[in-house]
Amino acid sequence: MSKKKKVEVEKEYKKPMIKRRKPNRSIGGDVLLYIFLILMAYIMAFPIIFAVSNALKPLDELFRFPPRIFAQHPTLDNFSDLFITMGKSWVSFSRYLFNTVFITFVGTAGHLIVASMASFVLAKYEFPGGKGFFKLATTALMFTGWATQIPNYLILNWLGWIDTYWAIIIPAFAAPIGLFLMKQFMEGLPTSLIEAAKIDGASEWRVFSQIVMPNVKPAWMTLIIFSVQRLWNDRAATYIYSEEKKTLVYALNQIGLGGIARTGQQAAVLVVVMIVPIVIFVFSESQILETMASSGLKD
Amino acid sequence: MKEFFSKYIALRKHNMQVAWKKAKRSKNCYLFLLPFAILFAMFYIFPVVASIYFSFTYYNILEPPRFLGFSNYINLILQDDVFLIGLKNTLIIAIVTGPLGYIMSFLFAWLINELPRMVRSVAVIIFYAPSIAGTCYTIFSIFFRGDAYGYVNAFLQNIGVIDTPILWLINPAYMLPICMIVILWMSLGTGFLSFVAGLQGIDGSQYEAGYMDGIKNRWQELWYITLPNMKPMLLFGAVMTITQSFGVCDVTMALCGYPSTDYAARTIVTHLFDYGYSRFEMGYACAIATILFLLMILCNKAIQSLLRRVGT
Repeated sequence: MSKKKKVEVEKEYKKPMIKRRKPNRSIGGDVLLYIFLILMAYIMAFPIIFAVSNALKPLDELFRFPPRIFAQHPTLDNFSDLFITMGKSWVSFSRYLFNTVFITFVGTAGHLIVASMASFVLAKYEFPGGKGFFKLATTALMFTGWATQIPNYLILNWLGWIDTYWAIIIPAFAAPIGLFLMKQFMEGLPTSLIEAAKIDGASEWRVFSQIVMPNVKPAWMTLIIFSVQRLWNDRAATYIYSEEKKTLVYALNQIGLGGIARTGQQAAVLVVVMIVPIVIFVFSESQILETMASSGLKD
Repeated sequence: MKEFFSKYIALRKHNMQVAWKKAKRSKNCYLFLLPFAILFAMFYIFPVVASIYFSFTYYNILEPPRFLGFSNYINLILQDDVFLIGLKNTLIIAIVTGPLGYIMSFLFAWLINELPRMVRSVAVIIFYAPSIAGTCYTIFSIFFRGDAYGYVNAFLQNIGVIDTPILWLINPAYMLPICMIVILWMSLGTGFLSFVAGLQGIDGSQYEAGYMDGIKNRWQELWYITLPNMKPMLLFGAVMTITQSFGVCDVTMALCGYPSTDYAARTIVTHLFDYGYSRFEMGYACAIATILFLLMILCNKAIQSLLRRVGT
């Protein structure tokens, strides 16, 4: 059964390179739309291209008047300067990196397991309260974390988790967007798959870990990427105040605040911070899109 | 009447018994749900309840909360001019960037849908990248720098539109429009991905049936076939957009400073930071949070009921 499903999915992706032109399209309209699209793509990409080229400029070019957009003599000086500054900081670079990796890794792994377990039963079983709970979780998509930040701080304070990694990791486990995407994706799995396994005598845990989970790998990737993006960009300034527990992004941004002499390094920081989520996205794009296809909010 | 009530109660009782039996049978389900449910209740449901409770009190963390009644809300609306500025700014930003960003997300997703596959994936990356690019939006503070080194100033001076540099990020007249440009630039987020994926999933035979039935151009096709098929994604995208556009604070703080000149770039969220983390008036901050929360939920509900009518 799982084989059959796979074949179907692959077929969807192996569409011919150039689609047949649709009969109701005017050529003029197509051309206009494509010109518009290229223009917009350029506008959207420009700030990012500019950020990268800025990071490659030597210091005298950064302050040249009138300003130039592209670097004339690109160097990697800014990046090496950045590493030297990081090396001189009181808390070592590797410690910041460890903090970020630890928070991101544990938070993401926990989120994946906890959210998939919940979405498995929500998607595949009928039980009292299940639908209501899912509705509640969808409602939680409707307000930002900012609105609950202060009571969250108080709760973490009562638990004694302020200034520990757990202050960031544990709340990340229950991010509702993960539950939502996973549940919607799991609903696409054929129920007969689960029933067959049950008839063969598999327990619920076994169905979950050996049948369902291997079949929802695209959704795993999506959850992982969204969670990594969130945690990587989490500056953790509110809940963590010891310097040696702060994250890499926080430390990097701190360097950027060091005034005019750090302008070059600041430009390098922007690139370092943005490159990680973008690269991850580039490599997992097709899987994310496959998951997002089932992301619709049904009534 | 009495008979009606006794019947009603009997029915309820019966329903409860059935539910209880079902619940007992699906013990395992609850076990699976439990870890998420506990954490979710702790960090998403309980904070909302706590926030509503604290909003009726004076609370500064050190002393136990003192009950005040509605006076926090009354002060917010009648006495706190800065809050009203923040509310106004948030609403302006939400009303301009929300619908525009939403339409942009859909428009771009729809336009790139017909590109060949490779080109399409590149286009998705280009359009989606700004929203995940971390703090890349601070690059706009270089474009809009107030002196002649700023790119926009230099450009405008070169072509002779202005002769003295404009203080883009310090002059209250320009702050909000610039923030809105930046927010629009970042607005192709999760909703955009959902649209791209949803458009790919529409059954091609529906379009063919549409051609048979005499759909003339791409706009008719959009309204009669594409949009009705996309309704679930449209709802999801709306939720993500509304949540984002009401929670604006990063961009205004990074570009216009915190606090900004004359509070011209203050939003509800930065007002909340001000009272929560600078003045430690948690009760008051919770009142702000509750208002923000209500605004978001109500707006979401309203937009959803509106979107359900699309294409019908």
